[in-house]
Amino acid sequence: MSIDPRRMSRRQILKTLAAVGAVSASSSLWLPRARAADKLVVGVIYVGPKDDYGYSQAQAQAAAAIKKMPGVTVVEQEKVAETTDVQKVMASMIEQDGATLVFPTSFGYFDPHMLKMAEKYPNVRFAHCGGLWTEGKHPKNTASYFGYIDECQYLNGVVAGFATKSKKLGFIAAKPIPQVLRNINAFTLGAQSIKPDITTQVIFTGDWLLPVKEAEAANSLIDQGIDVITMHVDSPKVVVETCERRGIHVCGYHADQSALAPKSYLTGAEWNWLTPYNTHVKDAMSGAPLKNFLRGGLKEGFVKTSAYGKAVPEAARRKADGIKAQMMKGEFVIFKGELKDNAGKVVVPAGTAHKQTDVWLEQMNWLVAGVIGKV
Amino acid sequence: MDAAVTLPARQAAARDRSFDRIRAAAEALVIPIGALAAAMVIFGVFVLVIGKDPLEVYALIWKGGFASNFAWQNTLQRAAPLILTALCVAIPAQAGLVVIGAEGALVLGGLAAAVLGHALSGGSPLAVKLGMALAAMIIGGAWVAVAGALRHYRGVNETISSLLLTYIAIALFNHFVEGPLRDPASLNKPSTMPIGEANMVGLLPGMDVHWGLVYGLVFCTVCYVLVRHTVQGFALRIVGGNVRAARLAGLPVGALILASCFVGGAAAGLAGMLEVAAVHGSANASLIAGYGYAGILVAFIARQNPLAVIPVALLVGGINASGGMLQRRLDLPDATVLVLQGIAFMAILSAETLYGRWRAFQPRGS
Repeated sequence: MSIDPRRMSRRQILKTLAAVGAVSASSSLWLPRARAADKLVVGVIYVGPKDDYGYSQAQAQAAAAIKKMPGVTVVEQEKVAETTDVQKVMASMIEQDGATLVFPTSFGYFDPHMLKMAEKYPNVRFAHCGGLWTEGKHPKNTASYFGYIDECQYLNGVVAGFATKSKKLGFIAAKPIPQVLRNINAFTLGAQSIKPDITTQVIFTGDWLLPVKEAEAANSLIDQGIDVITMHVDSPKVVVETCERRGIHVCGYHADQSALAPKSYLTGAEWNWLTPYNTHVKDAMSGAPLKNFLRGGLKEGFVKTSAYGKAVPEAARRKADGIKAQMMKGEFVIFKGELKDNAGKVVVPAGTAHKQTDVWLEQMNWLVAGVIGKV
Repeated sequence: MDAAVTLPARQAAARDRSFDRIRAAAEALVIPIGALAAAMVIFGVFVLVIGKDPLEVYALIWKGGFASNFAWQNTLQRAAPLILTALCVAIPAQAGLVVIGAEGALVLGGLAAAVLGHALSGGSPLAVKLGMALAAMIIGGAWVAVAGALRHYRGVNETISSLLLTYIAIALFNHFVEGPLRDPASLNKPSTMPIGEANMVGLLPGMDVHWGLVYGLVFCTVCYVLVRHTVQGFALRIVGGNVRAARLAGLPVGALILASCFVGGAAAGLAGMLEVAAVHGSANASLIAGYGYAGILVAFIARQNPLAVIPVALLVGGINASGGMLQRRLDLPDATVLVLQGIAFMAILSAETLYGRWRAFQPRGS
C-alpha cells in the first residue's frame, strides 16, 4: 500500500501523528538511565554553583567523595531556587533517576519544600543541611545535619588576633540571623583572647550572594584601616580576592580558598560534610534507620580548619593548635561568662557557660562587646 | 441582473479573505518555529564543541520537559508564574512601553498578600484568598503604574525606572520581612507570620500543579479580549502605534498608559500572591527567584501577544524542567539551558525582520 499524502484522510493523519507521539514517548527505553537495580542512587541539590568556593562547593566536595564509593551513583543539580523548583527537582531525582536518598543542601529547602516531598515519597530518605529537624514535629524519613562551625571561626579569630597590627578586624556578613551572629561573636572572642582591645567592624550585605556589594564592603573596610577580614556569605571568593589584591590578611569560610590568596590567606573555617554524608549513605545501603539528627564540631569531624598560610607566625600556630586540641577533647567552651553585648548589657553572667549543644545559642540575637555594628 | 453577477464575486472575495487570514496565521507560526529550529541547530553545535552528542541532548530536553505525565506537570508548574509575569511586560507593551519591573511588583504583591492573609486569618478561607489576591494586584499594579506615571508626566524612560523600582521594591521587601513584619519564630530564615494552612491555595484536581496555572490562563484570555476586542484595547494599541496620532484623535493617552501598567503590575502582583499562598505560606526571600526577569523573555518571544504568552511560557518552563535532566544525566553545567534560552531569544528576535518578506504568506487580495 502506498501512501499518498494528498489523499490521506484527517483520521489517517491523526493516526500517524499519534504513532509518532507514542514513539517519542517511549524514548525512555533508549535513553541512558541513571537508575540501576543494585545501586544506591543519591541526589544532591545545590542552591549555588558547585564551584563557588563556598557553601555549595563544600557540599559538592562531600558528594564527589561518596561518588567514589562502590555501589553508589550520585546525581547532582546546581543553582536550584528555593521555590517549587526544588520540589520538582527532588521529585525528578526520585521518579526519573530512582534516587532513594536526597540531600537538599540549602537552608530554605526545608520548609515547605522538603517536608512536602517527604510526605509524598515516604520511602525516600531526605537529609537536609541546617539543624531544623524536631522530634515529633517532622517526618521520620527526614533528617538534619549541621556543624558547630563557630569553633573554627573562634580559631580564625585567634590567628587574626596575632596577625592584626591595627587591632581592627572586619566581618562581611549576609544577614543578621542567629547562625551568622554566632560566627561573628566567636571570631571576635577568639581575637580578643589574644588582644583584649580588638574590635570587629561588621557589614551586613543583605543577601547570601551579592559579589559586587561584598567587594565594596571589603574595600571600604580596608580603607578604614582594617587589616584582617573574614566573612559569612555563600561565596567568599570575591572578598578573598579583594583582600589578596589590597595586601591584607583574610580568613576563609565554608571551603578552602587558599588558592585564591596565596599571600594573604591565614586559615579558614571549613565544613566537613563527608562525615554526615558517609553516615547517611552507609545507613541507606544497609537499610539501617535514618539518623534524624546529626550534629557536631571539630571533635566529631563535622568541621575542619584550612591549613595555615605562609603569613601565620609560629606563635599563632602553637596557640591556635593548643585551643584546637582542647576543642577536640570537648573541653573548650566559647560562650562563657561574663560576656556583655556591645550595648553594655550582660548577656552571659559570670559563672555561666553555654556548651556547643546548648539550644540557647541557637537564638542568639546580640553582638558581643567589641563588635561595631547593629543587629 | 446585477445581483447574479456580484454574488459569486462576493463569495470569491470572501474566500480570498479567509485564505489571506490563513496565510497570515501560517506566517506567524512558521517564522518563530523556524527560528526555534535554527536555534536548536546552533545550540547543537555548542553541545558538539563541549564533546556531547546533540541528539542525546535534544532527546533529554524532550524527555525532561514533555515526554511523560510527570514531565508535563514539572513544565506546567514552572510555566505558571512566568505566564503572569510575562503579562506585566506584554500589556504595557501594547501602549508602546518597555516595562521590565515585574520582579518588583511580584515581591511587593507577595508581601501585601502575606500581611493581609495573616491579618484576616480566621475568616472564611475564600474571603481571605480573595482579599489576598486583590491586595496583591492593587499593590503590584500601583507599583508598575508609578513607572507609567513617571513616563507620562515627567518623560522618564520607563524601562530604566521600572528596573530601578524593582531594586527599591526588593529593598523594601527585605526591610519589612527582616524588620517590622518578621515572625519572631523564623530564626535563620526571616519570614512574615504564616497565613495559615486553611488559607492556602491548593492543587488542581489530580495534578501536582497549583491553581495559579488556571489564574494565569484566565488572566491571559481576559487580557487578550481586552486588548483585541474592545474599544479601549483598540485605543491602547493606537497609543502604542503612534502616541501623537492618539493625542490628535483625542484619546486619553495618560489614562491608557496608567491603566495598561496597572493591569500588567496586577498580573505580577498576583504571581507574588500565589508564591505566598500556594507555595511558601509566608513572605520571605525565596520570593525573589527571578520570575519577573524570566517573564521579560517570555513576553518578547510571544511578541507581546497575551495569548501567545501561554505556549511560550510552556516552552520556557519545559526547557527549565529539562535543564535538570541535562545536569543529572550528562553532567552539563546549569548554564546549558541559559545558553539555549539565549540563542532561542536572539533567533526569534532576529526572525522578526522576516515578517512580510515571503510572497507565499502575503495577502493576495482581489
